[in-house]
Amino acid sequence: MKNKYSIISLIKNSFSYHENWQKAWGDPDPKKEYEIIIIGGGGHGLATAYYLAKKHNIKNIAVIEKGWIGGGNTGRNTTIIRSNYLWDASAGLYDHALKIWEKLSQELNYNVMFSQRGVMNLAHNLQDVRDLKRRTHANRLNGIDAVYLNTEQVKKFCPIINTSPDIRYPVLGGTLQRRAGTARHDAVAWGYARGADEMGVDIIQNCEVKGIKRSGNSVEGVETTKGFIKTKKIGVVAAGHSSVIANMAGLKLPLESKPLQALVSEPVKPIIDTVVMSNAVHAYVSQSDKGELVIGAGTDDYVSYSQKGSHEIVEGTLNAILELYPIFSRMRMLRQWGGIVDICPDASPIISKTPIKGLYFNCGWGTGGFKATPGSGDLFAHTIANDEPHKLNVAFNLNRFVSGDLVDEHGAAAVAH
Amino acid sequence: MFLIHCPYCGEREQSEFKAGGEAHIVRPKQPTELSDDQWAEYLFMRKNIKGVQFERWVHTHGCRKWFNMVRDTSNDEIKAIYKMGEKPPTKY
Repeated sequence: MKNKYSIISLIKNSFSYHENWQKAWGDPDPKKEYEIIIIGGGGHGLATAYYLAKKHNIKNIAVIEKGWIGGGNTGRNTTIIRSNYLWDASAGLYDHALKIWEKLSQELNYNVMFSQRGVMNLAHNLQDVRDLKRRTHANRLNGIDAVYLNTEQVKKFCPIINTSPDIRYPVLGGTLQRRAGTARHDAVAWGYARGADEMGVDIIQNCEVKGIKRSGNSVEGVETTKGFIKTKKIGVVAAGHSSVIANMAGLKLPLESKPLQALVSEPVKPIIDTVVMSNAVHAYVSQSDKGELVIGAGTDDYVSYSQKGSHEIVEGTLNAILELYPIFSRMRMLRQWGGIVDICPDASPIISKTPIKGLYFNCGWGTGGFKATPGSGDLFAHTIANDEPHKLNVAFNLNRFVSGDLVDEHGAAAVAH
Repeated sequence: MFLIHCPYCGEREQSEFKAGGEAHIVRPKQPTELSDDQWAEYLFMRKNIKGVQFERWVHTHGCRKWFNMVRDTSNDEIKAIYKMGEKPPTKY
């Protein structure tokens, strides 16, 4: 049983100089066999294990992670959470996640620092204006809060934006989702890990999957750097490395893995209290609680697993940032990094069974998976436990690439993919 | 960012080029006879290899010609470059 985090536990632990806090999760050796093995200990994988244990009462689960938990894209994204997607299927999926986010800290007894500071998307040309208005209407029909703002309202909401009409990409308007915002990315992984561990899930770090054993058309287990582990059900949540795991099982996926970059500036006093995204010029900016500007850049167009991206991508993003926010012109950037994102042809995820019995994939989140973490885990747990998708992820099956029933969010989801 | 040796123009910065994805995916000879599964395989399914991969590139901001590249996607090292229509190298 985990001790509850509270003001009382904080005071109590201060008497022992914070040296006796209970371990949030263990470091077990793998057992010979598990009922379900989750490959990938990022937010999505840990959330899947958490909901399998909590809602489906399956306790004999292992989460296998080749590095450390939350060390992949969970710790590399720009922490933006929103649900203002155009299509019904996406709106259902992402708003399901957003509703869980709203209660997540209380549920996990772990502060994920979810902050509903709003996300504003800018329009820079007439087509952007039409697209954003259309999306606002679509969102409201789906019960998702969205408002359209004109240039003056944009300026009022975020005064540091340059709304002068004579810049290269003038701000003609924007949309605002007030329920959207940010969360502390590491805390999400840690909170789910702690919750899953409490219910008996084994979190096995530094354990790389080397092969998937099949007998006929069903899975038998996984070969890992810590030996063979038997199981009848495998849930793969390996983000950029999904194709690598799929190849081990003799499966091909409609994915391409590409570097996506982000960067943070030196910390400064509070200057921007919301998240501003611009589709056309590809610049996202928000400010972390530490005071750093958190800036999201774009993806490179070539396949790479190197966790590095091209310099000109960063340069292009910063050009756009400087034009929109001349006030940032003398700020220095502190760190830049890349993560490998697995992109589907329709820029929508796959949460699905596969033609191989007992093998499930949760992948293809591309550039926007963080926001979906709780919903993705919940729906993937449902899919694995029941061997059937939940109604919210039926549309996100692998077979859509055969049937042609794509969820085409390319450019429609308020950001360019 | 890396340098690419265009087989027509010589060594240039990667920002002048655009990646065109996996190479040697054969266009179906009889499109009307393809099943949905075969279409999906041709249109969407990709090897997406971590390691040595054969791919197409185009010198967009240069000669605008397409060519093939053998590249290690785990560290972005370019192993070989050859023109369209040429046989892929077996040693690199």
